[in-house]
Amino acid sequence: MPTNILMPALSPTMTEGNLAKWIKQEGDEVSAGDVIAEIETDKATMEVEAVDEGVLGKILITEGTESVAVNTPIAVLLEDGESAGDIDVSAVQASPSPAAAAEESGPVQTSVADQPAGAHVDNRDILYAQGAVFEPPVFDEQAFFEAGTQEMQVREALCAAMSEEMRADETVYVMGEEVAEYNGAYKVTQGMLDEFGEKRVIDTPITEHGFAGLAVGSAMNGLKPVVEFMTFNFSMQAMDHIINSAAKTLYMAGGQLGCPIVFRGPNGAAARVAAQHSQCFASWYAHVPGLKVVSPWSASDAKGLMKAAIRDPNPVIVLENELLYGQTFDVPTDEDYVIPIGRAKIERTGNDVTIVAFSIMVGKALEAAEKLAEQGIDAEVINLRTIRPLDRHTILESVKKTNRIVTCEEGWPFAGIGSEIAALIGEHAFDYLDAPLARVCAADVPLPYAANLEALALPQTDEIIHAARKVCYAD
Amino acid sequence: MASKKSQKTKTKPNLKTVSNSNPSPSPEEMKKLYYDMLLIRRFEEKAGQLYGMGLIGGFCHLYIGQEAVVTGIQSVQEDQDTVVTTYRDHGHMLAQGMDPRGVMAELTGREGGYSRGKGGSMHMFSQEKGFFGGHGIVGASTAIGTGLGFAHKYKEDGGVAVAYMGDGSANQGQVAECYNMAALWKLPVLYVIENNQYGMGTSVQRSSAGQLYARGAGFGIPGEQVDGMDVFTVQAAARQALDYVRSGNGPYILEVMTYRYRGHSMSDPAKYRTKEEVTDVKENRDPIANLRVMMLEEADIAEDELKVLEKEIKEIIKDTAEFAQESPELPPEDLWTDVLVEV
Repeated sequence: MPTNILMPALSPTMTEGNLAKWIKQEGDEVSAGDVIAEIETDKATMEVEAVDEGVLGKILITEGTESVAVNTPIAVLLEDGESAGDIDVSAVQASPSPAAAAEESGPVQTSVADQPAGAHVDNRDILYAQGAVFEPPVFDEQAFFEAGTQEMQVREALCAAMSEEMRADETVYVMGEEVAEYNGAYKVTQGMLDEFGEKRVIDTPITEHGFAGLAVGSAMNGLKPVVEFMTFNFSMQAMDHIINSAAKTLYMAGGQLGCPIVFRGPNGAAARVAAQHSQCFASWYAHVPGLKVVSPWSASDAKGLMKAAIRDPNPVIVLENELLYGQTFDVPTDEDYVIPIGRAKIERTGNDVTIVAFSIMVGKALEAAEKLAEQGIDAEVINLRTIRPLDRHTILESVKKTNRIVTCEEGWPFAGIGSEIAALIGEHAFDYLDAPLARVCAADVPLPYAANLEALALPQTDEIIHAARKVCYAD
Repeated sequence: MASKKSQKTKTKPNLKTVSNSNPSPSPEEMKKLYYDMLLIRRFEEKAGQLYGMGLIGGFCHLYIGQEAVVTGIQSVQEDQDTVVTTYRDHGHMLAQGMDPRGVMAELTGREGGYSRGKGGSMHMFSQEKGFFGGHGIVGASTAIGTGLGFAHKYKEDGGVAVAYMGDGSANQGQVAECYNMAALWKLPVLYVIENNQYGMGTSVQRSSAGQLYARGAGFGIPGEQVDGMDVFTVQAAARQALDYVRSGNGPYILEVMTYRYRGHSMSDPAKYRTKEEVTDVKENRDPIANLRVMMLEEADIAEDELKVLEKEIKEIIKDTAEFAQESPELPPEDLWTDVLVEV
């Protein structure tokens, strides 16, 4: 049967073009790939190539014709044994292409025309239906504590978590700058090279973009990398692989290929290391679908969340804090102490105001709560533990009880975690509020070096107290 | 450039002595290579046609002209080897044995596509066939490929990762980072630079200092430049390179001189090169046409035998295009799936 050659679209936005010139004439033999005509748009002139072999039986649109709609038949191609007599010209011309028909009634909407009808969905409701605001899995943490604990520094807890998971799973390995022979820039991987050897505890060159991408590739090919960034500030070099290669792959692969990987390291401000080495990445990474983001405060958080991160089949960001590494806490001794990702912990119950915090700010929030208690204000302190997926349930239930909320973070205010919680409260607990939400954040400036200015820029306990008193109308 | 014969050059002569030529390929081998290359070409021509009809959208980078590269290399790979490439990836998937239906249906954004329509032209994967994408970020395939090689070594499975990049990718910083790590740790990675002379509209002469195959020299990685318009030359070079890598010597760089006949993507009018240049390559160096002539004139293969293959491919492509248009779109609720692996 003769085949119609259609006016091609040269770009997603092209709706019509001019037929500038016929290179082949009626009766010419053409092979696939031969240039048969030239067409023009307002942007460019391009060649039309034959897709099949045959004989150019009839030219339907003469050269020089302007504004030919995309998908209009422009010529007819004959196969072996067919002749021009086989062409039913009236049939060819009487069947207008969808584009040509649309042109008669108005502008062609090529890019949206074929979308499924009734596709409107309420993002928030779908997320609800998927469990995002339902109560996270039940976790009887108290039982683990009652079964036995030991004192550990945060860095020891992180090391123990990684080591236990490496003993249990041969495919887990640790990679990063100074993690092996130096025993970790902050001694988090102390002793791991001795136990696991250089095959599984790997010192990298200073090459964050490269080793992050390498680790992602190894995760796709069956391994479970734990990648240490000496500090998360350097992860900006690697961010393309974290987001484009790790976080998006499962979706881009339609669910058939994932990327089980952990990126970990100290996040936020240390002490006097100034702007380039002091930054909180919670909001940056929590923005990205396909990533999970956790941020431990205590040693038990560190142990339970790190184990959960390694066992999780998705890419997980673990935001630690250098100033917490040396702090000591009780940690359950049971090796199955694994904190569910997506579940916050109420560190202190109270009835007057909810204070939400993560990482180093949890300690400051608890300190503020003690002082507020002396002033007659009973604060509830929530340790988020996971930033994404956020435990909306715990936050909302607390606010429904206290009717007042203060958010605390070491990041900047603009589009920060506090902003996200503000949106949550506005959307789902608006009627429960007795006062506007208050945010305690870093000052909206690059972190200064000078001791006095640094103290002013970073959020302190007194600011939490002040914010809590403000939402309680105590001042 | 295009008319100039690419020279075969090595930066490091201390390779193991391996027969690097295949002076008399069997008729069956020739026909297989011809079939594989022609399948890619016809597939891409059909993709271009469907794009013109508005059935494929967005970016669509065709492999026409470069078929000998991936066909030659794949023909000497082993089953456990893995492959990763850039966004000009349709040919690599077909060469890896992925189903043309699944690839084309991904281009049309349908459920029958390898990524069920969520990935598109640049993002397809098949663990089963050892194909790890399809990456839209220039240079990313190099680091991911280095990681695939890292995993082969870690698992001791004897596999080699074949990491493709273009001449444009070769200038990304992460490529040098990965050369360093791959050489340092002797990772089984074959880096293939498909030098089609243009990174989008910028010629290699305007973008790249020195020789791309020689960029590993400082890391001690041997490199070699070969004619990518002759499938047997590519095959011989790849056989030797894969043997070197598989033997535990670390990475190897193969710069394959090739040419893309079409624009960078569908909407590229290709004003940066002359029509004469393109025509010259098509008429004189086309890997498929040249192999056909060789089979007819030197190997004494009957034209009818080739016509049988050509007809078979035509039928496959016809079926592929029909499948890609008939496969349904995903239901709206699938917008929300595949973001995270459910625990």
